[in-house]
Amino acid sequence: MVALQTQTKTEILVRVENLRMLYPVATGVFARARSFIHAVDDISFDINRGEIFGLIGESGCGKTTTGKLLVRLITPTSGHIYMRVAQDPSTDSQGEQFVDIATLEGRALKAFRRNVQMIFQDPYESLNPRMTIFDIVSEPLSIHGIGSIYEREERVAELLSLVGLTPPESFLFRYPHELSGGQRQRVAIARAMILNPSFIVADEPTSMLDVSIRTGVMNLMLDLREEFGISYLYITHDLAVARYMCDRIAVMYLGKIVELGPTEEVIQNPLHPYTRALISAVPIPDPTVERQPIEIKGGVSKPIDPPPRCRFYERCPIATERCAHSDHPPLEDKGNGHFAACYEI
Amino acid sequence: MTTSTSYPVLQVEHLTMHYTTRKGVVKAVEDVSFSLNKGEALGLVGESGCGKTSVALTILRLLPENAQFLGGHVYFFRDGSDEAHVRRALGKPVKILLNGREHQGRLLEVNRAQLVLETQLNGRSQQIKLGRSDITHLGVDLTALSDEEMRPIRWKGISMIFQAAMNSLNPVYKVGDQLIEAIQTHMPLSLPEARERVAQLFQLVGLDRQLMDRYPHEYSGGMKQRAVIAMALACDPDIIIADEPTTALDVIVQDKILREMRQIQKKLNMSMIYISHDIAVIAEVADRVGVMYAGSLVEFGPSEPIFKSPIHPYTKALMSAFPSIKGEKVKLTALPGEPPDLIKPPSGCRFHPRCPYATEICEREVPQFIEHKPNQYAACWNPLT
Repeated sequence: MVALQTQTKTEILVRVENLRMLYPVATGVFARARSFIHAVDDISFDINRGEIFGLIGESGCGKTTTGKLLVRLITPTSGHIYMRVAQDPSTDSQGEQFVDIATLEGRALKAFRRNVQMIFQDPYESLNPRMTIFDIVSEPLSIHGIGSIYEREERVAELLSLVGLTPPESFLFRYPHELSGGQRQRVAIARAMILNPSFIVADEPTSMLDVSIRTGVMNLMLDLREEFGISYLYITHDLAVARYMCDRIAVMYLGKIVELGPTEEVIQNPLHPYTRALISAVPIPDPTVERQPIEIKGGVSKPIDPPPRCRFYERCPIATERCAHSDHPPLEDKGNGHFAACYEI
Repeated sequence: MTTSTSYPVLQVEHLTMHYTTRKGVVKAVEDVSFSLNKGEALGLVGESGCGKTSVALTILRLLPENAQFLGGHVYFFRDGSDEAHVRRALGKPVKILLNGREHQGRLLEVNRAQLVLETQLNGRSQQIKLGRSDITHLGVDLTALSDEEMRPIRWKGISMIFQAAMNSLNPVYKVGDQLIEAIQTHMPLSLPEARERVAQLFQLVGLDRQLMDRYPHEYSGGMKQRAVIAMALACDPDIIIADEPTTALDVIVQDKILREMRQIQKKLNMSMIYISHDIAVIAEVADRVGVMYAGSLVEFGPSEPIFKSPIHPYTKALMSAFPSIKGEKVKLTALPGEPPDLIKPPSGCRFHPRCPYATEICEREVPQFIEHKPNQYAACWNPLT
């Protein structure tokens, strides 16, 4: 953290511009798709070096798709993802280049993937049950052909103790089924860390874990950020977790970012009617607090060929004529780095 | 909710249940005692595998074949004017509340108007003569009933909303028809009457009656959950046990459904047990809270003191591990270690290996579950003040 604070200017690590991901809706075996799900629809944001950037939203809002796009597990329909990528892992950040990774292919894509990693939601599904912990954690090294077997063993042991699986020797040759959920997620974090990535996409990494285990994993991820200056895209549906983990958050609704800003600012002073409703619905672990929930109509639909107006129009309690006849509103700066996409604020 | 006029509808005493598995005996429920009052919402909170659901299944006697019921009593109270309830109580262990005093014993019938309670008083057996109308609160021990006698209790007396129950709707039948079938199995209603009942239930849980003739795949997750709640309400139960009723739902839908359940419960003056791992949800719905850890109830009491001044260190740890969107942002403290394997649970207090306050006695002896503060019970050798 010290190193980060001495930097006078925040450095942008990832810049997303007009990113879009459309999925065709199957209409028939031979028919051409005529409809599309607008999973991610024209979103733009920056993530700074060492920052934890949260993506919040209900299921189906496009947050996981965004995460997969940023590590290029899938290729966007259009848009740009600029990322500072180390050209040669042996050089330091001086040798970095700002590259548009949205369209990378082949060897360039593989080289880029050294810089980014993903941690998945379910540690019971994301670890191969037939591989030992050593094989799982060292696999990125073998894929990229790094180190000898001895060096790899040393590095894996180092990472296992880093993520709190001590003594590492007692874990190296065990299988995932011998570990608890919290330990498995620590293995997944070790695997993500082994290539020294500058950027990690964490997709609901603690939502499957029990409370007493979850806190440990969250604190571990915060410590790793402090120590190594890693940036995270932290995807979660849980606003209380987002508040604990993230520096800034973006709220997504049907493929669009509707609000973005510093976490505390967005949660204490939400601007967009959707964010307001979302925050007012979060239960508070204090029996003396009486919440005043904001009612919104209906439920989340699927963004299949959405009409050219605000995505939230049907459910919005403050929608006007203007909202009915205008395009989806742009994300506008409302001061203090707090952005919202709404005509009526 | 715990006023002087409150009376119990369910009393669970020293419930113990183990599962036999190939790896060994899982000590899933160990000496659990609590009570549920009329019109009260009780929260059972704890991490996965702590025995919350097993407690519910033991109460309803819906245990799988490998379960061993090892002891304890579950007194289910109804008014003595319910003839069927008195019938099933005859010859069974019962509890009767008379003039605010609790009597325990066996109920015997003398004639149509007269009953006798055989009870032990100061070591001597005694017979209390009772008129039918004297009995207002009659609790029968469900663990002593035959399967045949137990059947009408389920759904009509105590109904349960199972975890992920919304996925248990049959996809090839209309949702309304599934409810009608359930109602007709338990109540002597004609088809039009049952249909009307379903329509009323749909309205109660906030579903349009048109939806009765739709199939489950046409429902959203929240709508399915509402239909499942309607099903649990179908036979006007005295008690509903809701096992993680909103866990798979998005936050806005979860909030709506929890508020509606609360409203229905208040309106019908029903008693509910909410089972959840989410202490925030429990804080919002429960009048009283029971905290479970590794098969035992470690703390039980009114919601506010449990959250504000917990007695058991595990309760405190659970509270301080939970982030909130309100209040000061504080560093959360992680509890060391992991919940124990219930095949080989730790000796003494099952929490002692993870407890920051543990002393030598905690390892040796199981702490008694006693009242430490007014109405606040805990099982701990080193209670927090």
